[in-house]
Amino acid sequence: MENNKYYRDELPENNPVFELDRRNFVKLLGGGLFIYFQLGELLTGLATETEQRRSLPTDYNAFLHIGEDGKVTAMVGKIEMGQGIITSFPQMIADELDTPLESIKMVMGDTELCPYDAGTWGSLSTRVLGPSLLAAVAEARSVLLTMGAEYLGTKPEELAIENGIIYVKNNKSKKVSYGQLTKGRKIEKYLDVKPKTKDFSEYKIRGKSFRHADGVAKVTGEAMYSGDFRMPGMLYAKILRPPSHGATLVSADTSEAEKLEGIVIARDKDLVAVLHKDPEKAEAALAKVKAEYKFDEMKVDDKTIFKHLLEIPSEARVIKSAGDVESGKKNAELIFESEFYNSYVAHSPMEPHTALAYLEGDQMILRASTQTPFGTQDGVSRELGVELDKVRVIPPFLGGGFGGKSAFPQAVEAARLAKLTGKPVMVQWTRKEEFFYDTFRPAAVVKITSGVSKSGKISVWDFHEYFAGPRGSDTIYDVPDSKTTSYSARDAHPFGTGAWRAPANNTNTFARESQIDRMAVKLGADPVDFRLKNLKDERMLGVLKAVAELWGWKPAKGPSGRGYGIACGFDAGSYVAHIAEVKVDQKTGKVKVIRVACAQDMGFCINPEGSIIQMEGCIIMGMGYALTEEVMFTGGDIHTADYGTYQIPLFSWVPKIQTKILDKNEAPQGGGEPAIICMGAVIANAIFDATGARLYQLPMTPARVMEAIAKAK
Amino acid sequence: MAKNIQFELNGKKVELPLEKGQTLLWALRTNFNLTGTKYGCGEGYCGACTVIMDGEAVRSCGIAMEDVSGKKITTIEGLAVNGKLHPVQQAFVDHDALQCGFCTPGMIMNAYGLLLKNPLLTREQIIEGMEDNFCRCGAHKRIIEAIESVAGTSKV
Repeated sequence: MENNKYYRDELPENNPVFELDRRNFVKLLGGGLFIYFQLGELLTGLATETEQRRSLPTDYNAFLHIGEDGKVTAMVGKIEMGQGIITSFPQMIADELDTPLESIKMVMGDTELCPYDAGTWGSLSTRVLGPSLLAAVAEARSVLLTMGAEYLGTKPEELAIENGIIYVKNNKSKKVSYGQLTKGRKIEKYLDVKPKTKDFSEYKIRGKSFRHADGVAKVTGEAMYSGDFRMPGMLYAKILRPPSHGATLVSADTSEAEKLEGIVIARDKDLVAVLHKDPEKAEAALAKVKAEYKFDEMKVDDKTIFKHLLEIPSEARVIKSAGDVESGKKNAELIFESEFYNSYVAHSPMEPHTALAYLEGDQMILRASTQTPFGTQDGVSRELGVELDKVRVIPPFLGGGFGGKSAFPQAVEAARLAKLTGKPVMVQWTRKEEFFYDTFRPAAVVKITSGVSKSGKISVWDFHEYFAGPRGSDTIYDVPDSKTTSYSARDAHPFGTGAWRAPANNTNTFARESQIDRMAVKLGADPVDFRLKNLKDERMLGVLKAVAELWGWKPAKGPSGRGYGIACGFDAGSYVAHIAEVKVDQKTGKVKVIRVACAQDMGFCINPEGSIIQMEGCIIMGMGYALTEEVMFTGGDIHTADYGTYQIPLFSWVPKIQTKILDKNEAPQGGGEPAIICMGAVIANAIFDATGARLYQLPMTPARVMEAIAKAK
Repeated sequence: MAKNIQFELNGKKVELPLEKGQTLLWALRTNFNLTGTKYGCGEGYCGACTVIMDGEAVRSCGIAMEDVSGKKITTIEGLAVNGKLHPVQQAFVDHDALQCGFCTPGMIMNAYGLLLKNPLLTREQIIEGMEDNFCRCGAHKRIIEAIESVAGTSKV
């Protein structure tokens, strides 16, 4: 497959005739067929996930080109960070267009070449952008078919297409290729209506597994990440950082640093940086800068944070309500009250935030590791006080994102410093900076009061989430009296927080599925059976039954001593259910995950192997937030600033993993996040099943497990 | 005048003025533009910067350039021969043993280093030997399988 390089580099970038109007692609790409289309309502949906200050574009904003050589170029505003759309998008396009997979070229995230996109997050690429992209492809196909009919002197109905060749059905020798048809012509189509796309039964490339299209580039070291670009005269910047959040710079003395050869000092308001062509010289010079700060930190730490979050004034918002929870609680036969906590968690991508900024004429170019190239363009243009078209963001491959690279301060820093110094500037955060300026998954509290009848039907469900966020807070169970309330406040946290892979849902699912388990145990019910009895949604029932079958589940009441846990949930349009087995060392509290099974209903699956890889990744990454990952801090001072103190999952942790994707001919749904949401609950429930001890706080560290075991005795 | 140091890099003799405080990682990335060797933490925890020095997998972020004098260094760029992937690289491709790809060069170099010392690695030895190479995407399972597929074969 040809998609093994980052295609951006194959496009002429400094073409003098290139103008900013996207329609001028015609000049850039020469002849061929150009399809522009509007995302319309879908775009509005995309933008609601974050505060976008840019007004939504009204022009045509997605783009497909079929060249004279038959090559198809798709421009999408999404980026590739390991989730695999660089592989699955070409599958979708080639299949819809009846052209070879190898002919598809992806250009991703370039703010000048690609249509506006709010960001690569929320597992939205396939399920939300996908249908619009396919509509454009279907239109391109029908245009080509009409042109083919003209060329071959027949009607479109008489024609078929295979591998980019249009031929007459009953005379295969009469044929013409896409490339031949577009040769020497410039055809522009503006698409308003969605043409009919293919039916599942017609899929040939979608639904089959393909290896990562970028695999070869990534195993040879050729794949380019932001830090791998070089420019003549480029300087590495090391920026003066405060010792803690809430510290303000009073004075900085750079005189000692200035004495070092080749050092450039840049200062602008709060930004103080030392730059050098050698990054280690810059680092050494930074150590010589003497700085004074004044401190105004929040008086909280990793232990008091939960009390703080419950006590500060917050805005309550009812997310969902059915029946009457107050009377439901009064009338419940058995009532359960619980409070769940989870700590701040870091994204910790292996590639720290990085950006190279340089001026090309009067345009600032950024090679930035960002999940939000257009948001970065907005932010940099505001900061520099220039028009949007004076900033171009070209994101290369990202070394992981997980939500953390939705924030782009490193790009703003690089752009400011490039402007100040007049040189190309590389800003590459150190691991310490990454652990300091990360937008952590917020610490959160969930309070649940639920009731169940002695016969095992959940009768009431009152769910309050504080600072987790509402995603995944819905009662997935069939409960007559239920209510979900979400609490939030500005400036509640001592440092930045943000979306972390399946934001909020990890916290909410941990709480919900732990509570369900509590009730099942109390009733002496099998936890799978209890869930099946209280669910109505066919697709949720489907994944539960599938995972039980995959596991070979034998019903038992908890705690069975087997160390088996179960949990299920819904995220990004997909349904997931997990079963896990753990071994708990009752002397140390150390938990070893032995085996995890996961069944997922994600509608039609474009690339099954690619999706399984995401499920495996979710399971392994999810073990981290479940067992060890916790940001430790005092006020604004982060104590977990390296990998010696912040423990992410390792090879020795890897359990036996079994996965199953349900075979569905339904609209494709998200795949990058769903399988991570159950990991807290499924392990907590397994720990209970092994020990009879219930854990109410993530991560479930050995100390907390020991505490819970002592409490249970 | 700065002192020059000489060493062998991916099979070629190279020379570089010795800069005080420079590590192998940044010499590779800046002086030689071999950017496949990644900065992940700079503290020796993560293994993204792993290269082979005289037959041993080492963390290039912790190697001072003065200690590289006379040594043989192999980086990820030096593993494929005439465009043909090394069996370990091919195994990573075949097993889809990567996602974002940022830790991949370090993973491959560490696995290659382990296999140089013991071509008959068992699954347990692979896990033990790879333990301190970090992957955030969660590709571990496939990385183990990829290395397992070449261990004990005539490929290495």
